Amino acid sequence: MKAYDQLIFEICKEGRTAYSLPNCDLCNGEMSEFIPNAFLRVHEVELPEVSEVDVIRHYTNLSNLNYGVDTGFYPLGSCTMKYNPKINEDVASIKGLTDIHPYQPEETVQGALEMMYNLGNMLSEISGMDKTTLQPAAGAHGELTGLMIIKAYHESRGDVKRKKIIVPDSAHGTNPATAAVAGFEIVEIQSDKNGAVDIDALKAVLNDEIAGLMLTNPSTLGLFEKNIKWIADLVHEAGGLLYYDGANMNAIMGKVRPGDMGFDVMHYNLHKTFSTPHGGGGPGSGPIGVKEHLVKFLPVPVIDKKEDQYLLNYDRPDTIGKIKGFYGNYGIMLRAYAYILTMGSEGIKEVSEIAVLNANYMMNKLKEHYYLPINQVCKHEFVLGGVGGVLLEVSTLDVAKRLLDYGYHPPTIYFPLIVNEALMIEPTETESLETIDGFIETMIKIAKEAKEDPQILKSAPHNTPVKRIDEARAARNLIVKWEK
Amino acid sequence: MHRYIPNTEVDKKLMLDSMGAKSIEDLFEDVPKELRLNRALNLGTALSETDLTKHMHALANKNKSMNEGVSFLGAGAYDHYIPAIIKHIASRSEFFTAYTPYQPEISQGTLRVIFEYQTMISNLTGMDVANASMYDGPTACVEAGMMACANTRRKSVVVSKTVHPEVRKVMHTYMKFRDIEVIEVDMADGVTDIEKLKSVVEKNTAGVIVQNPNFFGIIEDLTEVEKITHENKGMLITYVDPISLGILKAPGELGADIVVGEGQSLGNGLNFGGPYLGFMATKSKLARKMPGRIVGQSVDVDRKRAFVLTLQAREQHIRRFKATSNICSNQGLNALMATIYLTTMGKKGLKEVAQRCVQKSHYACNEITKSGKFKPLFNQPFFKEFVVTSDMDSENVNKNLLKNGIFGGYELGKDYPELENGIMFAVTEKRTKNEIDKLSSVLEVI
Repeated sequence: MKAYDQLIFEICKEGRTAYSLPNCDLCNGEMSEFIPNAFLRVHEVELPEVSEVDVIRHYTNLSNLNYGVDTGFYPLGSCTMKYNPKINEDVASIKGLTDIHPYQPEETVQGALEMMYNLGNMLSEISGMDKTTLQPAAGAHGELTGLMIIKAYHESRGDVKRKKIIVPDSAHGTNPATAAVAGFEIVEIQSDKNGAVDIDALKAVLNDEIAGLMLTNPSTLGLFEKNIKWIADLVHEAGGLLYYDGANMNAIMGKVRPGDMGFDVMHYNLHKTFSTPHGGGGPGSGPIGVKEHLVKFLPVPVIDKKEDQYLLNYDRPDTIGKIKGFYGNYGIMLRAYAYILTMGSEGIKEVSEIAVLNANYMMNKLKEHYYLPINQVCKHEFVLGGVGGVLLEVSTLDVAKRLLDYGYHPPTIYFPLIVNEALMIEPTETESLETIDGFIETMIKIAKEAKEDPQILKSAPHNTPVKRIDEARAARNLIVKWEK
Repeated sequence: MHRYIPNTEVDKKLMLDSMGAKSIEDLFEDVPKELRLNRALNLGTALSETDLTKHMHALANKNKSMNEGVSFLGAGAYDHYIPAIIKHIASRSEFFTAYTPYQPEISQGTLRVIFEYQTMISNLTGMDVANASMYDGPTACVEAGMMACANTRRKSVVVSKTVHPEVRKVMHTYMKFRDIEVIEVDMADGVTDIEKLKSVVEKNTAGVIVQNPNFFGIIEDLTEVEKITHENKGMLITYVDPISLGILKAPGELGADIVVGEGQSLGNGLNFGGPYLGFMATKSKLARKMPGRIVGQSVDVDRKRAFVLTLQAREQHIRRFKATSNICSNQGLNALMATIYLTTMGKKGLKEVAQRCVQKSHYACNEITKSGKFKPLFNQPFFKEFVVTSDMDSENVNKNLLKNGIFGGYELGKDYPELENGIMFAVTEKRTKNEIDKLSSVLEVI
C-alpha cells in the first residue's frame, strides 16, 4: 500500500460536512437573544470540513501506520502486552451497561454497582488484600492514591515525622515521581549484585522518618525477591508500610499473593494483567488494594452492600477524599471483570505459569547470543544487557530498530536503569511456541548482523512508514499543532 | 487448555526439556514455600462466551439505562449525539491494541491522531499548545493548579464555588498532600462573587480557577476575574465545556493562561463516569511546563515529515525525584474518539450543536417556569443547563419524574445545602420538543 502522509486538515474543502444532527423542532432564535453579545465568538472555530467517507478513509489509513497486539508479537517488558479478548469488547458495549449516567439514582444502576463490588472482591482474592477501590485511572494514579493512604495512616497515629519513602534504584520511574507528587522525600537504595534489595542498604536507611518502601516483586529484572518476608518485617519493625507496584502481577497469580508477602497497599494494572486494551496510551485502570488497617482511608465513594442493595458510600470520616471524577474507569472494569470470569480460578493460575514458562524458555535460548547479567530462573520477564561482546559498535537502540524491519515490536529498552543497554523482554502467556521461536531466531540473526554488518542495524529501520526520526529537532523546534 | 493460551502439552514439555526443567513448578522454586498460596483461587470455573454474555446481560437488566427513558441529567457528564462512525474507527484494533507510541516508526497512526487532537483543542480553546489528554476533567484541573504553583513558585490556589463540586473535592485531596492551600470563593446569584474574590487573591496566589459555563450552566463574565488574577501575577485557569466553545468566546481571548476541561461531551459515551478524557491547553511560553505527553512534528533521516513524543525530559521517567506530576498515560482511545467527533462535526456542526443546546434549554426553562410552580433560581445567561427551585423536595420531584420514564435533573442540595430544593436540568441537542413538553407537563402535576 502506498504510504499515507496526510493530516485531516490537509484534505478539507469548504462546505463539506460529515454530521447528522437530530431533526430540528426548536431551532428558533438568534444566539444574541439568549446570550449577551460580549460572550459570543465572532469567528468560527477552525475545525475540519470533510465528508463522512473522508473521515473513514483518513483514519483507516492512519490506523495502517500503527502496530498493535493484533498485528503481531509485542514483547514489551513490564507492559504485559497480552491478547485483548474480543468478547470483552462486546460485553463492555452492551447498552444496558454503558448508557448509564454516573448521577442516576442508585436503584437504577444496581447491575453496574454489583459488577464493581464483585470485581473488587475478585482482585482482593487474587492479591490477598482485604479491600479494593477501583477509582484510580491508571497505574501511576493508583500509586499516588496508595501513597496518600500511607501518609494518612501515619498522620492518623500522630506519627508526623515520617516524610520519606524508600525506592530501590531498579524501580519503575513512576515510583519516585509519585512519591514526590504525594509530598514525600525519596530515599533511593542500591540493588545488590543480583538486582535484589540489598538488606544492609535497607537497614541503613530505616528509621522513624521512613513512611514506607515501594517495591515490585518480581523486580523489574523479572526476578523474585526471595527475602521479601525479611524485608517486610524490617520495614514494619521500623514503623513503615510496604507498597506493592502491581505492574508485574502477571508472574504470580494463583502462586503467591502480595498480601501474604507482607504488603500493606498495592495497585493493579487492569490494562496489563487483566487484558484490557492499552488504547495507544490509555485509558487504563489502576485499582488499589489495602489491608484491613488501611481500609478506612480509601477514597470515597466505597461500594458497599447492604442486604441485597449495592450503594455508593460517602460517609467515611477518615477517607483521604476523592481522587478522580465519579467512580473510576468503569468501561475498563467491565472488560477486566469479563476477563476474570472467562479465565476462572484455573485459567488465572495458568496465565502466570505459562507467562513464566515462556519467559524462561526465551531467556535460555537468548543468553548465548546476548549478555545476560543475572543467570537464574526468571519470572514473567527478563533483562538482557545488549548484544554480547566488548565491541559494542551497535547499541540496544539499533537492535530495537532492526526488530522493526523484521515485523516485531521491540522489547522495552534502556530500562531498568541498573543494567547497561537493557533489553527487557516479556512474552506473556498468549504467544505460541512458533511465535516465540520466530522471535528468538530473529534476535539471533540480529546478533549475527551486529558482528558482520553493523551498518544495517545502525541505519534501521528500513521498511517502516517513516525511518529514524530526529527527536532532538522535535524538542528544539517545537511544532505541536498544524498551521496553514 | 484455555483458548487464549496456545501452548499444547507437547509444547510445554519441549520447552521445559530445553532448559532442563522437570515441571513448571521448578520455575517457581525461587518463591519461598512458606509464602506460597497452597490452595486454588476462589474465582469459580471459567465461563464460556455464551455464559459470559448471558451473565453480562443479566447485570445490564439490573440497570435502567438512559435508553429506557429520557434524560435531563448533566452536571459534568452529558448525553450528546455520538456519530456512528466513531465506534467503527475506534474499534480498529490497530488503534486500540497498541501501546503508547514509544516506537514512533511503527506508531505514526497514534501520533498523527494526537497531533490532530492537539491542534483541534488548541483551536477550540484559543491557546497555542495542548497536551495529549489526561485522566479526566477534575484531575486535569488539579494538574493545572499544580502547574500554576510550580510555575509561580507560590503555594495557594483560589477556586470559585461555582466550579464543579467533584473538581473541588479532587483538588482538596491532591493539594492537602502537597501542602498547597485551596481557598474557595463564594458566589452571588450563581456566579463568582467578585468582591470576595478580590479580598482573597494576593501575592501568594498561584492561580485562580473558574468554570465557564459554570457548574450551574451560567456563562460568567470573566473580565474582572482576569484583571484581579493578573494584577496579582497569578495564572487564570478556566474549566470549560468544549461544546459551548462552538459559540462562546475562546478562553484564550478572555486572557486564560491554562484551559482545562472534561472532554466526555466530545463523542465519548456516558459509561457510568469513565473512561473520559481531560484536556489541557496553554500558551507557548508555558509549553515546557505542561504535564502529560505532547506530540511534536519532526523529520526522519530522509527528511520526510514524521511525528514523535517530545519534551520527554519533563516526563516523570526522567525527573524521577523532582517530578511535579506523575502522570504517565493519556486517555489515548478517548482522545481518538474526541478527535473523530471534532472532525465529523467540523466547523459548522459544532456551532450548530451549541446553538441547539442554547435554543432547547431556553425553551425548556421557559416551559418549566411559566406557571410559577418552579422558579428560575438565578437570573443569569446560561448555556445548556439551568437551575429551578420550588417548595417541593427535589428528591421527591425526581422520583416522580422517574416513574414517568424521565431521568430528572441534578439535585443541588447534595453539594450546596443553601440551594436545597434546587434542581439543575441539562438539555442537549438530542432532546426533542415532545420530550421537553413531557418533562414540563409531568412537573406541573407533581
